[in-house]
Amino acid sequence: MRDALGSVGSILVLGGASEIGVAIASVLAAPRNATVVLAGRHAGSLAAAAAELELAGAGRVETVHFDAADAASHEEVIDSAVRAAGGDLDVIVVAFGILGDQAADEAGGDGAARVATVNYVGAVSAGLAAARQLRRQGHGCIVALSSVAGERVRRANFIYGSSKAGMDGFFQGLSDSLDGSGASVLIVRPGFVRGRMTRGMRPAPLSTTPEAVAEATVRALRNAKGLVWVPQTLRVVMAVMRHLPRAVWRRVPG
Amino acid sequence: MTGCDRIVDIDLREATVTVESGISLDRLMRTLVPLGLWPAVSPGTRYVTVGGAIGSDVHGKGHHSDGTFCSHVRSMDLYSPGLGRLTLTPDGTPEEFWATAGGMGLTGIVERATLELLRIETSSVRVDSQRTADLDSTMAVMSERDSRYRYSVAWIDCLARGASLGRSIVEFGDHASLDDLPARDRSPERSLRFGSSRQLAAPPWVPSGLLNRWSVAAFNEMWYRKAPARSSGHVVDASSFFHPLDAVDGWNRIYGRRGFLQYQFVLPYEQSDVLRAVIERLVKARAASFLAVLKRFGPSNPAPLSFPREGWTLALDLPVSFAGLDGELDELDELIAGAGGRVYLAKDSRLRPDLLEAMYPRLGEWRDVRERLDPQGLMRSDLTRRLPALARHATTHPPALTPGFPLQSEEQ
Repeated sequence: MRDALGSVGSILVLGGASEIGVAIASVLAAPRNATVVLAGRHAGSLAAAAAELELAGAGRVETVHFDAADAASHEEVIDSAVRAAGGDLDVIVVAFGILGDQAADEAGGDGAARVATVNYVGAVSAGLAAARQLRRQGHGCIVALSSVAGERVRRANFIYGSSKAGMDGFFQGLSDSLDGSGASVLIVRPGFVRGRMTRGMRPAPLSTTPEAVAEATVRALRNAKGLVWVPQTLRVVMAVMRHLPRAVWRRVPG
Repeated sequence: MTGCDRIVDIDLREATVTVESGISLDRLMRTLVPLGLWPAVSPGTRYVTVGGAIGSDVHGKGHHSDGTFCSHVRSMDLYSPGLGRLTLTPDGTPEEFWATAGGMGLTGIVERATLELLRIETSSVRVDSQRTADLDSTMAVMSERDSRYRYSVAWIDCLARGASLGRSIVEFGDHASLDDLPARDRSPERSLRFGSSRQLAAPPWVPSGLLNRWSVAAFNEMWYRKAPARSSGHVVDASSFFHPLDAVDGWNRIYGRRGFLQYQFVLPYEQSDVLRAVIERLVKARAASFLAVLKRFGPSNPAPLSFPREGWTLALDLPVSFAGLDGELDELDELIAGAGGRVYLAKDSRLRPDLLEAMYPRLGEWRDVRERLDPQGLMRSDLTRRLPALARHATTHPPALTPGFPLQSEEQ
């Protein structure tokens, strides 16, 4: 149960090996030694994330199997996460997502469809299952890790960008649908995050770190915000970018 | 439960009343005061139900003389998930009675209660007050004088620092007798008049965040200076003495969008150094608070989870928007638990779960009784979700709760 000052007792991370997801869970779990449930595909990387969380002060860490691309299983994943937590889920972090390889995926193969399936279809199905649980409980918050890439989709990464645009829109609508239920949604739009997912890429301007995203997310949760940009200045930058002429926009490099 | 709010019986000779538990103390008092009766314990607000007052075993300004609310409950009907409907009395069923008193509603549903009342001649209170310059004199004045009065409380200025730390206005009161009233107010209609306390409302346009360090300091300074150094025999109506904030509808709005939280703790008398340390830390942190309330508690009752115990209790309102409040209060919890003190569960909204057992050492004893009354842990609340140690078994085997109310039937 979230207390009056925003500390929580249980957290589910969908995409349990995600660097940002684990960073958020670490900051959230520390004050009250919260129970964390990590849901992901690879037992090995979940175990490593679990060890990291225990070090950060989580009280108990459980893992459950979860595949974002297997929409039919999502209801059951949420149910087993509730059992593993031993009760209500205070925060559910939707942290899974893949970047794909824009050039290769444009050239052919099923890579592009996989990005869309995991990042969008998976988020829709897992997001709805999570929302049903929070509605039943009458409290709790879904933290949806969107991306600045979805705000205005760019030539350089439009497969990934459009999947994030879709999931961002989905969570905006889900947030409105939960109005009055006691449950809520926080959409997090980070810029370029220097981490495992972007290793070897040249950082874009205003790049950030998983730790900074986690701090900003937890602050936004405590203040009951519905949307947070990391860093905050991106909100203004994107407000301008949104209105750039397309001829200029399509030349913005990746 | 507020739908179940009937007054079932008033016994004028015995001075008792039997009510359904959803009735508010406000409605109860409107009926009783004109009859010359008063609930033996009245907390700081009348907008609580009798069931809530039992579940929290509430106290008032008279704790040092009258004890808690449940010390004046003669009997109650409890619908428990495990044993069905039971009539509980302190003598006949002491374990179940005292587990329900202060049991935070977790032993079942209190359906009815019979309360012992106080006879009063007037609806007024005769108040003596004294202004004190620092914490030592506040504590000395209270210790010295409060045994002579039924009610006592100190309003501490929590922004005064240095030599003025703990400066207060200490109030003592007793129910006024007819002789205390001017001759024209001594008729029964006038002497027992008890009107609506809701006269003012904080307007919706009150700017959020009106309270800050400076505005509160200015208010406290003015309030302290305007109080006489010492006054006696001042007669006021009971509402303004017992329930000052009830008069302002929506008073909480001045705390802004994020609101405020209440923090109340008790420390044994011999730990007055810790009390000073806690007040010093709150003052130093500049956690702007309106006046805090200090009071001396009398002995505790047999209820394992009842909050009051012999010692000093301090109650404060703190704005949630104050940065770092969570860490500060966590540290105070530790200080208080270490000194044999505890925080008040009825007001708590953020206690460190690992400190619950240290603060309430009889928790295990209470859980044993609860396990009989609610073996499946059906009675749950946000409090049990936040403090799982309250409901050990409920978290290890969570029963499937369907909407509706799967209480066992009475025959079981």
